[in-house]
Amino acid sequence: MKTNDVILQTATKVVLFIIVLFSIHIFFAGHYTPGGGFVGGLLTSGAIVLLLLAFDMKTVSKILPVNYIHMIAIGLLFSIGTGAGALLFNVPFLTHAFGHVELPVLGDTSLHTATLFDLGVFLVVVGVTMTIIQTIGEDE
Amino acid sequence: MINFLILPILIPLITGVLLIFAAKRIMLQRWIAGLSSVITIMVSALLVQKVRNDGIQTLDVSSWEAPFGITLVSDMMSAILVLTTSIVAFACLIYSFWSIGEDREKFYYYAAFNFLIVGVNGAFTTGDIFNLFVFFEVMLMASYVLLVLGGKKAQLRESIKYILVNVISSALFVIAVAYLYSVVGTLNMAHISVRISEISQVAQPGIITVIAVLFLIVFGLKGAIFPLYFWMPGSYYAPPAPILALFGALLTKVGVYSITRTYTLFFYHDIGFTHQLLSILAIMSIIVGVIGAIAYWDVKKIIIYNIIVAVGAILFGISAMTPDALSGSIFYLVHDMIIKAALFLLAGIVIAIAGTSDLHKISGLIKRYPGLGWTFFIAALALAGIPPLSGFIGKLLIVKGGFEAEQYWGAGIVLMSSLLVLFSIMKIFINGFWGTPRAYNGEDKVPVGKMMIAPVILVVMAVLYGVGSEFVYPYISQAAETLANPTIYIEAVLKEY
Repeated sequence: MKTNDVILQTATKVVLFIIVLFSIHIFFAGHYTPGGGFVGGLLTSGAIVLLLLAFDMKTVSKILPVNYIHMIAIGLLFSIGTGAGALLFNVPFLTHAFGHVELPVLGDTSLHTATLFDLGVFLVVVGVTMTIIQTIGEDE
Repeated sequence: MINFLILPILIPLITGVLLIFAAKRIMLQRWIAGLSSVITIMVSALLVQKVRNDGIQTLDVSSWEAPFGITLVSDMMSAILVLTTSIVAFACLIYSFWSIGEDREKFYYYAAFNFLIVGVNGAFTTGDIFNLFVFFEVMLMASYVLLVLGGKKAQLRESIKYILVNVISSALFVIAVAYLYSVVGTLNMAHISVRISEISQVAQPGIITVIAVLFLIVFGLKGAIFPLYFWMPGSYYAPPAPILALFGALLTKVGVYSITRTYTLFFYHDIGFTHQLLSILAIMSIIVGVIGAIAYWDVKKIIIYNIIVAVGAILFGISAMTPDALSGSIFYLVHDMIIKAALFLLAGIVIAIAGTSDLHKISGLIKRYPGLGWTFFIAALALAGIPPLSGFIGKLLIVKGGFEAEQYWGAGIVLMSSLLVLFSIMKIFINGFWGTPRAYNGEDKVPVGKMMIAPVILVVMAVLYGVGSEFVYPYISQAAETLANPTIYIEAVLKEY
């Protein structure tokens, strides 16, 4: 008997975007409220895992053609780069910079280099989780 | 440049990340890893010189002042160990080029290799007890990968044991740090030392002694001392030679370094109990190690048991707590890192030629490979501590310090152990290299000449280290001075203290 996942797949298409938006919210809220790169990354990979459950691995890799191992390395480069950037200004490693910037649409926004560090964490978490799940999933 | 002391950690870290991108291109990987390894050696040599000229180097990471942020501290001991680590890593790296095999190289071997060096250098440099834990984990994760990479049956079996033991000891480490934090309320090592001396004004409270023993158990599990060494002979037997050399030279020594750091910086107020315990365990390690070394007829097993002997000898020097014994221990620690790496690499060549590590089945190698034979002979003499070579001064100072501390039995056992170490290693030389030459299957495929480069570099280092001990001694005694007198360390870290 051929199973038909139409309810699961339709629901996934809607829910996926809500989860991704929530994970982005959590990621950016990390400085002032609970959240940050780690939970944000886990939520995003949770969304991709939902996609994997609803569809098969081939479809998902067609939708998201990402090399997750390279994603880990890029995330590490982001984090190390933010730390090592301090070396250029002859201040101790990992010293962060902070400032208010007038952005065109958002207005007065506080920007902090710790966000870039967190982006690195985010990418590493997504990369590691997806690598683990994909390698175990593909294994026969 | 104020960030100088982080470079031996940062360079391998960036290299490791870049090597992930180059995973399938072997030649590119070798060039990147080799170049970064050479740069690391140069940077750490400059660091040693800087510490020699300007005193202890500290860096308050992310500009938070000493007890509040993470501080990286490079005193002479850690600078010397970082330099030794870089040299040993370089030798193991170039040895890997011709021995590790393409399958492993394509599967992130060099990336894991570099992350291991990050962990070891970081553990030597950090000035924060929890940061030490994190660097331990970096080092151990990389070592799990290197141990299991290749997926042979023995490797799988032994890495299960190895991971199990290390997960348990890491959990104990967290518990020990939690106890310490609840007593002293700080994680910065210098600040912990200040707080412990404040509460130990009259007598060391019992809980501090308990925490000291807990730390001894944790680091003893990592560093393979007497009742906690049980995992090592099996786990170190499984991986191929360059990884084994890296493990044997670096991993247990990080445990030894941590015991040294905690027992000279934190727990020096009531040395009657803790240091006596350390001294008993050290002597038991020597005895057990020697028994293992003379019992086996297997090249790898003999050298693995010699690691336990060396760990015992170093820790005996630490437990005596006299300036002579401390400098002897540092001397011996550096010597042992170099010579163990050299011996494992040489043993790797012998095993590659003979196709077995059973001494009964190897003989007469010196006929066809005289260079290999005599290099092994010099390395064996250096290991046992024959005067012009590197093992001599360290052991001499340890024994002298032991007699000064009136520990005649312990010092006597250290002396006696040299004889049995020499016997165990000469057993390999006499049985493996002398006798009638045999033909071995597939020995022509082994690139002995290229593989010899790395161990020859290390043996030359060991000889120079022994002959030039007059030149090295000021550095070592500066390191021992910091260990014997913790206020130097504390004043360097907590500036206004």
